[in-house]
Amino acid sequence: MPTYTIKINGKEQTVDVSEETPLLWVLRDQLDLVGTKFGCGIGQCGACTVHINGTAMRSCSTPISVIADKEITTIEGLSKNGLHPVQEAWKEVDVPQCGYCQAGQIMTASAFLAKNSSPSSEEIKNAMHGNICRCAAYNRIHKAVEVAATKLV
Amino acid sequence: MSDSKITFSRRNFIRTSSLASGGLLIGFNLFNSCKPNAKAPIDLADLDYKDFNAYIKIAENGAVTIFSPNPEIGQGVKTAMPMLIAEELDVAWSNVNVVQGDLDTVNFQRQVAGGSQSIRLGWEPLRQTGATARQMLVNAAAARWGVDASNCTTKDGIITNTKGETLGYGEVVAEAAALEVPENVSVKDPKDFTIIGTDAVNVDIDKIITGKPLFGLDYKAEGMVYAAVVRSPAFGKKLVSFDASEAKASGNVIDVIEFDNKIAVLAKDTWSAFKAKKTIKAEWKTDTELESTEDHDKILKELLQDKEAKVLREDGNVDKAFAEADKILERTYEAPFLPHNCMEPMNFYANVTADKIHLVGPIQTPQRTAAVIASNLGRKAEEVHLEMTRMGGGFGRRLYGDFAIEAATISNLAKKPIKVVYSREDDMTAGIYRPASKYKIKASIKDGEITGYHLREAAVNGNMYGLIPNFFPAGAIANYKVDAANYQSKITTGAWRAPYTNFLAFAEQSFFDELADELKLDRVQMRLDLLQKVKGTTDEEIQYSPERLENVIKLAVEKSNWGKTPDTIYQGFSAYYCHNSHVAEVADVEVVNGLPVVKKVTCVIDCGIVVNPIGAENQAQGGVVDGIGHAMYGDFAFNKGVPSSKNFDTYRLIRMKEAPMVETHFVENTLAPTGLGEPTLPPAGAAVANALKAVTGHRFTQQPFTKNPEHLRVQNKEIIG
Repeated sequence: MPTYTIKINGKEQTVDVSEETPLLWVLRDQLDLVGTKFGCGIGQCGACTVHINGTAMRSCSTPISVIADKEITTIEGLSKNGLHPVQEAWKEVDVPQCGYCQAGQIMTASAFLAKNSSPSSEEIKNAMHGNICRCAAYNRIHKAVEVAATKLV
Repeated sequence: MSDSKITFSRRNFIRTSSLASGGLLIGFNLFNSCKPNAKAPIDLADLDYKDFNAYIKIAENGAVTIFSPNPEIGQGVKTAMPMLIAEELDVAWSNVNVVQGDLDTVNFQRQVAGGSQSIRLGWEPLRQTGATARQMLVNAAAARWGVDASNCTTKDGIITNTKGETLGYGEVVAEAAALEVPENVSVKDPKDFTIIGTDAVNVDIDKIITGKPLFGLDYKAEGMVYAAVVRSPAFGKKLVSFDASEAKASGNVIDVIEFDNKIAVLAKDTWSAFKAKKTIKAEWKTDTELESTEDHDKILKELLQDKEAKVLREDGNVDKAFAEADKILERTYEAPFLPHNCMEPMNFYANVTADKIHLVGPIQTPQRTAAVIASNLGRKAEEVHLEMTRMGGGFGRRLYGDFAIEAATISNLAKKPIKVVYSREDDMTAGIYRPASKYKIKASIKDGEITGYHLREAAVNGNMYGLIPNFFPAGAIANYKVDAANYQSKITTGAWRAPYTNFLAFAEQSFFDELADELKLDRVQMRLDLLQKVKGTTDEEIQYSPERLENVIKLAVEKSNWGKTPDTIYQGFSAYYCHNSHVAEVADVEVVNGLPVVKKVTCVIDCGIVVNPIGAENQAQGGVVDGIGHAMYGDFAFNKGVPSSKNFDTYRLIRMKEAPMVETHFVENTLAPTGLGEPTLPPAGAAVANALKAVTGHRFTQQPFTKNPEHLRVQNKEIIG
């Protein structure tokens, strides 16, 4: 099987997997970075969202072969000690119910706010629409994105 | 009446807890925590339960660990149950470390996540546990000081005597543990609560927001391999043969095992297992008749028309009321099967060895599942060690241990530690679905009064259970009948968040609006008038409190501005009692770009004392949005035994832009807490349907509402403007 060297959370890692292996499973099974979650495997739910060169992407639908030379950030590398404004806002608002989708929600929100730090309510809804929260904590997610935006200013 | 039913008597509590824990209520374990500065070990295997139960652990440095007994599925009990103990123990919540307890049938009671019962049933015993521990600590301090224990006070883990001397809990814990366990220790008056009723953020928040391993899918063990399972493509098929040569040729595949009409592919990693599974060529034969939704529809409709059905409650003489009626209103309401779609797909770890069975994973019913696995494998229940992980949702799906049983069976056959992982397609197509059901409701009207009410349920596999036939409007209408019939299907069905009431409430609360219109009565006033007739009832079977239901209805009217909103807002009302709680909801629908949009829901809840307000609001909001999402979009059917959807590209769940703002109001009282994980869901669908009637002119009797999108067009063109 081919060997891939990829840069994750600022650290170069080498993995030996077949070329179509989704980044999600490289993270979870090969590198023990289980914060990125498996939800649907077809890019529909957003639980597996990571940043690739700063853009929120679905790791379940991103084969390892296409990410060489790219910078990948996962929930584990978003900040030291969970102090990214989005993480702080998620805690302050107490967003999670079951918590399973929240890493993906946080990764989507942080990439979005990096490009738009004072979003309107409509913009927040559009940005977060791709991430399913089965517990339906959408009111809290919306609120936390607003709170995070105030922390970014 | 319900108020007395939801209050535990002290006598009952002592008796049950004595039976369950061998006469002891509380104790401390010191074996691994008696050194100063010792950190409370969090491995339950390090605890010795010989004499003590397993809720609280206090180290000599004062560190407090509270074990949360029940499974956490997102309902918040891992935060709220320890709050009950901490309140009475009188420790600062910020100093409490919460640890998930493992399955422990000797020391814990009812380790189940289901029916919204954890807080209700834990309310007395968990507070009693904390209070008893506190009393033992005080007794130890008083003995050391040579003073009367009744003159000592406690706060934040510090005991103070009348001279102002203090001792920390950790300083007296060794002496306290040696004392006799006091009985009949009193608990606090609600007005003295300092933790209950204050906001406590989810105890796992830091791990959740930083992506630490927490869920079953995150669990790993030395030597563990991953199992993907090939299951029948349709309900009713049997495995004839299969060719696994391609799978076996893959470098990462370890084994392929046939078991229980399924094929397990074991591989070194999840992706390899998923990939190899797709290469298995299996031949299936039709074992029984393959069922389709259209067959179910026909059968259920026939069951609705049958002369006889199983009578669940009958008051007066319904036939006579209908015979004498001026007018009879009859409607039929229809609901599809629903998959649970927990975000974390089903999974479980099992390591079956000669000396023990080690199980780890997300399960709502650890005790029952452990017992079934022990029995299946011909082993003793004591040989099973089951650890519960935090769950990425439950909604009833993880009440069924099928995935854990699969894991144990495969591990036993493969002689390896394995983890079964479902793909989303596996999860959605090997479901234990909310059964499809239909309700026919008939009411007789005479001289402007509702004189008779007959509700017939026709459902797949089972019927409403227990006390549900005694929910509102039972007791409010003199001639009243609930009966039920079912069709036994091969399609597996089970509990789905608020079983039966998740659709029954929709049917009844939609019907009441139609009845009010027929009677030309105000919709809310008609409900209030019916409740008047229940007040003072001596019928012990009536479950709800008419006073509490009336109260939430009146509060919802006030908080939602019912009837006083601008013309651009169309409101729908709904109120329901279930899981021991009373809820009223008002949905505000507005027209956006020519389409009706649910903008806001006002939700008033009486669930007794609210233990953790910030968590309670989250549950209530989630329940409402979940209820609306499934009423609007949730559709699932079968075609010759094959499920209609396999993943989220064809199965629609509610998302951010469709979620209304939910404004919650909790009734303040000092009554014992009741359910909250489920009760806000059932009324939501009808609140929306009743508002949609106002804006579209269409009466939605079938879920999901999007099944016929043409009905969602706005009736009055002027509105679109």
